[in-house]
Amino acid sequence: MSKQERPKIPRQKMPEQERILRRSNFKEVALGFTEELAVKEANRCLQCKKPTCVSGCPIGVLIPQFIHALRRGDMPSAISIMKIKNNLPAICGRVCPQEGQCEGRCILGKKGEPVAIGRLERYVGDYELAHRVCPLVRQKDTGKKIAVVGSGPSGITCAVDLSRNGHSVTIFESLHVPGGVLIYGIPEFRLPKEIVNSEINYAVECLNIKILTDHIIGRTITLDEILSEYDAVFIGTGAGLPSFINIPGINYKGVMSANEFLTRVNLMKAYLFPEYDTPVRIGNRIAVIGAGNVAMDSARCSLRLQTIFGQKAEVHIIYRRSRDEVPSRKEEFHHAEEEGVIFDFLTNPVEILGDAEGNVRGIRCIRMKLEEPDSSGRRKPVPIEGSEFEIEADIVIMALGTSPNPLIFINSGNLQRTKHGTAVADIETGRTTRERVWAGGDIVTGAATVISAMGAGKRTAADIHRFLMEENSKN
Amino acid sequence: MYKIIRKEILSDTIKLMVVEAPHVVRKAEPGQFVIVRINETGERIPLTIADYDREQGTITIVFQEVGKSTKHLGTLQPGDEISTVAGPLGHPTEIQKYGTIICAAGGVGIAPMYPIARALKNAGNTVISIIGVRSRDFLFWEDKMRYVSDELVVCTDDGSYGRKGVVTEPLKELLASRRIARVWAIGPGVMMKFVSLSTRDFNVPTMVSLNTIMVDGTGMCGGCRVLLNDGAKFVCTDGPEFDAHKVDWDNLLSRYQIYKKEEILSFETWKHKCSSDTDCHCEGKR
Repeated sequence: MSKQERPKIPRQKMPEQERILRRSNFKEVALGFTEELAVKEANRCLQCKKPTCVSGCPIGVLIPQFIHALRRGDMPSAISIMKIKNNLPAICGRVCPQEGQCEGRCILGKKGEPVAIGRLERYVGDYELAHRVCPLVRQKDTGKKIAVVGSGPSGITCAVDLSRNGHSVTIFESLHVPGGVLIYGIPEFRLPKEIVNSEINYAVECLNIKILTDHIIGRTITLDEILSEYDAVFIGTGAGLPSFINIPGINYKGVMSANEFLTRVNLMKAYLFPEYDTPVRIGNRIAVIGAGNVAMDSARCSLRLQTIFGQKAEVHIIYRRSRDEVPSRKEEFHHAEEEGVIFDFLTNPVEILGDAEGNVRGIRCIRMKLEEPDSSGRRKPVPIEGSEFEIEADIVIMALGTSPNPLIFINSGNLQRTKHGTAVADIETGRTTRERVWAGGDIVTGAATVISAMGAGKRTAADIHRFLMEENSKN
Repeated sequence: MYKIIRKEILSDTIKLMVVEAPHVVRKAEPGQFVIVRINETGERIPLTIADYDREQGTITIVFQEVGKSTKHLGTLQPGDEISTVAGPLGHPTEIQKYGTIICAAGGVGIAPMYPIARALKNAGNTVISIIGVRSRDFLFWEDKMRYVSDELVVCTDDGSYGRKGVVTEPLKELLASRRIARVWAIGPGVMMKFVSLSTRDFNVPTMVSLNTIMVDGTGMCGGCRVLLNDGAKFVCTDGPEFDAHKVDWDNLLSRYQIYKKEEILSFETWKHKCSSDTDCHCEGKR
């Protein structure tokens, strides 16, 4: 095939579960490429000499190389190339915001549509989970013991890279299953828990990583105690603390943080209540405040729960900026609209209203307008005076961001944190203010993406390895 | 998995279990709690640590069977295993020498009060305990409480044992006649509310241990939030003990009702499954 022919192949669509049907279940919406579609899509890649896509990837996946192997039908090579940089491709392929990363920089995107790199990555990841042709291999034992706190994207990535280098890794997880936000936050229909479990189990089995669940650092065991037993510690505890806006009425029955709502639904499987014990309160009109990925996830879970439990299905997303500023991943916004979520743009809540029994009955909101862009290019929303109005709602879900959980800082010596509650750490190396302690992911940056946390886990693992090996050569 | 070592039936609906949880016991202190999940389909419920044995690596939980999870838990036997025991969670009770203090406990609240009273006694306080139950049949740990208290008052609602009436009555008499440095109260929400109202009149600092709806127990969900007069706090990470005089009791009591309907459905479903399952070994079946 010539270079001129490749861009003429249209970007291959991912088969999806039908729009109406999918509202009544939690099964995955995007169904994944078939081999035929994957090869067709792979054939669109121009194999640039200087691939701009790679520079857009926080973990530097060797994109042209894996795509090349894939289109030759050489899956073992595609997988081993993938795993040089990415330990969890089935997850990244599903949840990365590719439009702002690899695909955003693909040369084909300048004139037409970029190569569907994320979908190809997912294809490779899923193939490996089904066939297991390329197990991760552990180097000779270094005799070093490392503790990883938190088993979300940064912790797992860091643990896997360190184990590959021959270190003994123990992961401490506070919940009853590993995976962090991949398990409690991202819904089943976007990232099936079976995929998360099998990616993690596969890596953990190959590399002999130990995972201790039900261990809350700061309570069950402190950082000081861990340091006395391990050569190095990586903290990847994420940003799990929900924010509530400071307006009247947040404690009415029916107001929840998105964290609570999603934890009940995803981790505790409330959509299978009463087969599973944990319920989640739903209603006929659910209002989600915020428009990030977490808000989209909450809104789409809400629609499904209303359908499954036979309620009227009406879900609003209330966002103070406009359509153009929606911060979520494009595909999530698209899917939410397609499924029937109603968007109330340029709207800001002022007060949550309750009835005599203390249940939510609505939200008093104010209309907003956007000012001219400031020096950072962002248009600040300002309230329009006298424009207050009420939105009826029996459930209010607050998806307004999260901050790091402070428990880790209990008996943690000179581990410093910023006034935002994040750990002070070097962005490149992950080194904190305390010797032999590294940190990465949302605990350092505040709530961000799965892939940026994986990137941090990776860079930090490299620095920990370097540090321990230097220490070894000194002795 | 965490093995149940011993089980004791304290009253008709209150059961005690000693559970192997070596990771929890290392740091467990009076006032803290654990999150328990029975099995794969179970919910995460907070239960206060009633006692612990660091040498044996076990903790004691005491619970009242009210809904599906606690009733199900009550059917388990020594040798059975529980899927999750996570903790210890929450801040321990602030133990120091205050002087003469009162420990007021209602119903199942007697269990978590016991280690607190013991620690306060060991710290040199004069401990007056008031424990209240519905009737004689619901009373447990009277001897244990007596052992860690300088004085003990037992009340029953129906007068079938000890003094007839609720704990606030002897409490008010003590507050009026003695110099009380501090009061702790653990029990049903309504009981804690009225203890709080009583001690407020006498301006005696009062701590209550709140048991709210929770999911993770680590600060992640915020379902446990309680309104204090200086803002909302999380029971799991900021508590479970709070200054009783700051608590918005009506909001707290109203929030207990959030999942009432679902709790009944969950219990009915389980009971039905249990009675149709020939392999079920629960006590209801026997």
